[in-house]
Amino acid sequence: MQDVNWVALSVFVFLFAFITWLGFAAANWRPGDLDQLHEWGLGGRRFGTIITWFLVGGDLYTAYTFIAVPALAFGAGAIAFFAVPYTIIVYPILFLVFPRLWNVCHKHGYITAGDFVRGRFGNRWLALAITITGLVATMPYIALQLVGIQVVVGALGISGTGLMADLPLVIAFVVLAAFTYSSGLRAPASIAIVKDILIYVTAFTAIIVIPIQLGGFAKIFSAVPEQKLLLAEPGAGSTGAYSAYATLALGSALALFLYPHSMTAILSASSSRAIRRNAAMLPGYSFMLGLLALFGFFAIAAGVGSLPEYADGFKQFGNNFAVPALFLHSFPSWFVGIAFAAIGIGALVPAAIMSIAAANLYTRNIHREFINSNPSDRQEAQLAKWASLVVKFGALVFILFVPTQYAIQLQLLGGIWIIQTLPAVLLGAYTRWFNSWALLLGWAAGIVAGTAMTIAVNLTPTYPLMIGGHTFPGYAALYTVILNLVVAVVLTPVLNALAPLRAPIDETAPSDYYA
Amino acid sequence: MLFVIQFVAVLWTPLYNSAEPSLMGLPFFYWYQLLWVILGAILTAIVYFATSD
Repeated sequence: MQDVNWVALSVFVFLFAFITWLGFAAANWRPGDLDQLHEWGLGGRRFGTIITWFLVGGDLYTAYTFIAVPALAFGAGAIAFFAVPYTIIVYPILFLVFPRLWNVCHKHGYITAGDFVRGRFGNRWLALAITITGLVATMPYIALQLVGIQVVVGALGISGTGLMADLPLVIAFVVLAAFTYSSGLRAPASIAIVKDILIYVTAFTAIIVIPIQLGGFAKIFSAVPEQKLLLAEPGAGSTGAYSAYATLALGSALALFLYPHSMTAILSASSSRAIRRNAAMLPGYSFMLGLLALFGFFAIAAGVGSLPEYADGFKQFGNNFAVPALFLHSFPSWFVGIAFAAIGIGALVPAAIMSIAAANLYTRNIHREFINSNPSDRQEAQLAKWASLVVKFGALVFILFVPTQYAIQLQLLGGIWIIQTLPAVLLGAYTRWFNSWALLLGWAAGIVAGTAMTIAVNLTPTYPLMIGGHTFPGYAALYTVILNLVVAVVLTPVLNALAPLRAPIDETAPSDYYA
Repeated sequence: MLFVIQFVAVLWTPLYNSAEPSLMGLPFFYWYQLLWVILGAILTAIVYFATSD
């Protein structure tokens, strides 16, 4: 490993110390009674358009994204750019569906997707399925944020053996756990502002400086091997990389806002108008993500993969080391410190929101529903705080003792699982037509088929679907959510006919969905 | 709905899978999609103002 980069490390530690202070101070920001769950877990639903922009941006565009998307471009080429159409089409979905969900959740005091489904369909088992899916999909996602921290800490030249090697990660985690516990969602909301500014500064500096150093875009792209530059032309009888690219984008977009941490960030907005405005403003982050994806090609052109000083990093972290190596190669030490701090802090914000979201889910939809049905506000908030600690500790243990590869594979499966909540949550925002047991069976069919498909292709996202001799390689999440929907649609009239007397209970009224 | 335009524009992959015409050395595949990020935001803003009254 290369030597410790003291200048970069100092800047990094300074910025970390600053956001630690900020995280604790956030408890007094627009103060509320943190003994109430919606105050701790949703920041009192008081975040306006701008704060929501920072919070959602900080939440969705995670450190892992910043590392992994360019790493995919570095390793696999053009396919990595699917992240761009993905984040283009996600915002119309946000614009259309989520103001409705926000309105109904605000009206009834729902703080999770499980709360909404419970109220809308009156079926606690369906709500439990939604909740467990959310928890299981979130855990590996938190663990992956830690990978982002590990990579930048390694790139700063800090290495050790045994327990010492993990010490920086443990420190970062203790800090994260402490300010989340004490300040709730206000902590990541305030830190997100710092993180996003750092990320924007880093991205725009890099997109200007590095191409100048490398002699312009034309030269960079001529260094990229031809087969990586564009998607491969599909062969006969297959839609090849074309359908894979489009279904990955569409499936990921449909899944994104079903994740508990997205829901938490959206529901903390102060109005449904703030959400609509954000749908037009959040593409600012997508643009930056597109630029970041290009960094993978910059790393190819700069040849960091074959420089001896980075060989250890690539050996330890694989292609995830491409961006840190590029920054080390291109920038002075003090700026490397800023860039790495942006990535490291970028990991803490989503990790905090994810753990809060998971804590909300556990507290509301498992503990309150099945263990203690009538907790006081104070007990409920206290329980959520403890739950957030347990979740984070679990993620830490996971990343320290289980190979990173498993976290990545579980996160992949998590995307395929979470999309199975789409009929109940997204369509549930529009209609109560579905029979809740049919939804549950559709969910189960989607989970089983999605898992089987993914395992059949050795835990990669795209499954070659064969229809009439034609092959349509595509994202398993999209294929299986269609299956899920078909099951739910077919079984709804059947189950309604079997049990006509069990009239559905819907505690929401049509007018609740409008402002 | 204006939203349909951007869905088709970015999900119809063969439409933009080419290197030419390049812009300042950036292959078409890349700048076309980055351009749609901006166009998508503008379309969303138009829908926002058209529906908020």
